[in-house]
Amino acid sequence: MTMTTALLAEQVLNGIQFGIMLFLMAAGLTLVFGVMGLINLAHGSLFMIGAFAAAAVAGATGSFAIALVAALAAAAAAGALMEILVLRRLYTRDHLDQVLATFALILIFSEGTRAVFGSFPLFLNIPDALSGTIILPGGIQYSLYRLSLIGIGLLVAFGLYLLITKTRLGIQVRAGENDREMIAALGVDISKLYTIVFALGAALAGLAGALVGAIQSVQVGMGEPVLILAFVVIVIGGIGSIKGAFVGSILVGLTDTLGGIFLPMFFDVFMDKSAAASAGSALASMSIYILMAVVLIVRPSGLFGART
Amino acid sequence: MRLKVTAIAAVLMAASGISAAEGLKVGMITTLSGGGAGLGIDVRDGFMLAISQSGLTDIDVVIEDDQRKPEIAVQLADKMIQSEKVDVLTGIIFSNLAMAVIPSSLAQGKFYLSPNAGPSQLAGKGCHEDYFNVAWQNDTLHEAAGAHANETGYKNSFILAPNYPAGKDALTGYKRQYSGELAGELFTKLGQTDYASEIAQIRASGADSVFFFLPGGMGISFLKQYADSDIGLPVVGPAFSFDQGILQAVGDAAMGVKNTSQWNKDLDNPTNAAFVESFSSEYGRLPSLYASQGFDTANLLISAMASADVSDKDAFREALRAADFNSTRGQFTFANNQHPIQDIYVREVVLEGDVYTNKTLGVALENHSDAYAVECGL
Repeated sequence: MTMTTALLAEQVLNGIQFGIMLFLMAAGLTLVFGVMGLINLAHGSLFMIGAFAAAAVAGATGSFAIALVAALAAAAAAGALMEILVLRRLYTRDHLDQVLATFALILIFSEGTRAVFGSFPLFLNIPDALSGTIILPGGIQYSLYRLSLIGIGLLVAFGLYLLITKTRLGIQVRAGENDREMIAALGVDISKLYTIVFALGAALAGLAGALVGAIQSVQVGMGEPVLILAFVVIVIGGIGSIKGAFVGSILVGLTDTLGGIFLPMFFDVFMDKSAAASAGSALASMSIYILMAVVLIVRPSGLFGART
Repeated sequence: MRLKVTAIAAVLMAASGISAAEGLKVGMITTLSGGGAGLGIDVRDGFMLAISQSGLTDIDVVIEDDQRKPEIAVQLADKMIQSEKVDVLTGIIFSNLAMAVIPSSLAQGKFYLSPNAGPSQLAGKGCHEDYFNVAWQNDTLHEAAGAHANETGYKNSFILAPNYPAGKDALTGYKRQYSGELAGELFTKLGQTDYASEIAQIRASGADSVFFFLPGGMGISFLKQYADSDIGLPVVGPAFSFDQGILQAVGDAAMGVKNTSQWNKDLDNPTNAAFVESFSSEYGRLPSLYASQGFDTANLLISAMASADVSDKDAFREALRAADFNSTRGQFTFANNQHPIQDIYVREVVLEGDVYTNKTLGVALENHSDAYAVECGL
């Protein structure tokens, strides 16, 4: 298969788009871990809740915009409830207890969603205004919806940057990452801060679920594969760092997408087509984990990790 | 899950009013939670519908959820064989789970009736006198897709499937019948949800058609993204990405797609008409091919019970081999490897009212037996 510049450019865009959706997941995960020291395996469930809320509301109202708002609200509410009812009790416990409890939450959310919506996938489609493709400079035919995803993701990233660096909440979050006891001693209502940060992370995951749900299958368990990638991202980027989550997401997105194309082409040079497709695909599945291993060897605390 | 199983067992016991000691005990291990749950639920519901219609009082079904995990399926099989003392096992959806459970269950002297998975390893040299596949051998629906591609005149197909055993069987099956060129051949990751990169390669490949095998949610994602890409090349695939359970989630993106199946709800025979009618009224949804397979599996078992007792293994095996039951597919016979010899149809996705479903167009492969049967020594 020949690789034209237009095809390469399209694949780079695909990698960036994939990375930016990962960022929406990873941002919440890394904030929660950075500020509260909590490993939240149930973050993928919030992604699923966002997608299901969007699909249900889009089905009832026919409006994708209202569906997005519903996804944000549902995921934020689920996140806040989760924090207040369960996770609050776990901040002082060790990570194994947190992993066990949040794993239990995954099962509860999955079976709860199944009880409400049934076992069959739900329908959620791209809004008409954003469907189809457009021609970019250079003759690249690209999906308008995917381009919109890149735009929305960049806006959210910029918004988060402003929130963290310019607002009072951002100052508290940064202070909380450095020393939890001290900011509590300074009179900041730490439990309210935790709930807000958690709900914010949950809302971002829900937004990602709704946006991605429109081009994927809205089904129970859809969040877990994304969760694994989001963990890879925050390990690469450095746990607790939003900037690291952003850079890590784009790196993982590009590695995954471009690895999936170039590795089979590479094997094609000296193997027959079927064997090359199979070997290339197998190695491509490993590529992001190899990336993670390399980053950890060079920088054990991740690219932007402060903790040692 | 335990609660549900106990409830079903309790209902059955209550209905029978006697203990099941004299009758037959079936262990159903199937996927009832997680991503593949829709398939297992359809198999279970089809199976239980046939049992309840039979009015039999001496059959006991124990149902457990394998969560699509091979290690759990193995534990359940051990439990069913050793403590539940089942006579017959059935239910497994996915080939990797089937390979983990079936050979050892057969070695322990149990019958296994497969309502879905048909891995090639159990169809050729590895065939077994106590293993019966009521659905299909994995390759056959893909072979029918290849035959359909030839008939339609496709000359340059782009083909893709997930990188796991059934995905490799799929591409092998398609290529076994398809006689044109290949514009590209790709293995995707199992469970992959984003196909932007593959779609870009299809666009650049100069193909005249696309064949894909992406079961469940993978197919939903691919079809939605493919429809949005404006590529517009004709798509052909096996029924798994176009079954009743997922079509509503794909929506308009699936309209007009040709797919191959051994069953459809419009197959013209009285058993099928009655099955579609009773399944719809019992469960409030249209049956899928998985449901028809569960229904046929149970009816095969019931037909064998009518002429032999399971304690006489040789007689019971002969009764199963005779396949003397009314199938939703019409005529039903087993090949020497105890996999079906059957017609495989081409269907088209259509909209009936506001429900997406399939319409049968014609036969792609007639009286088709799988390619591995010749290697089977039975």
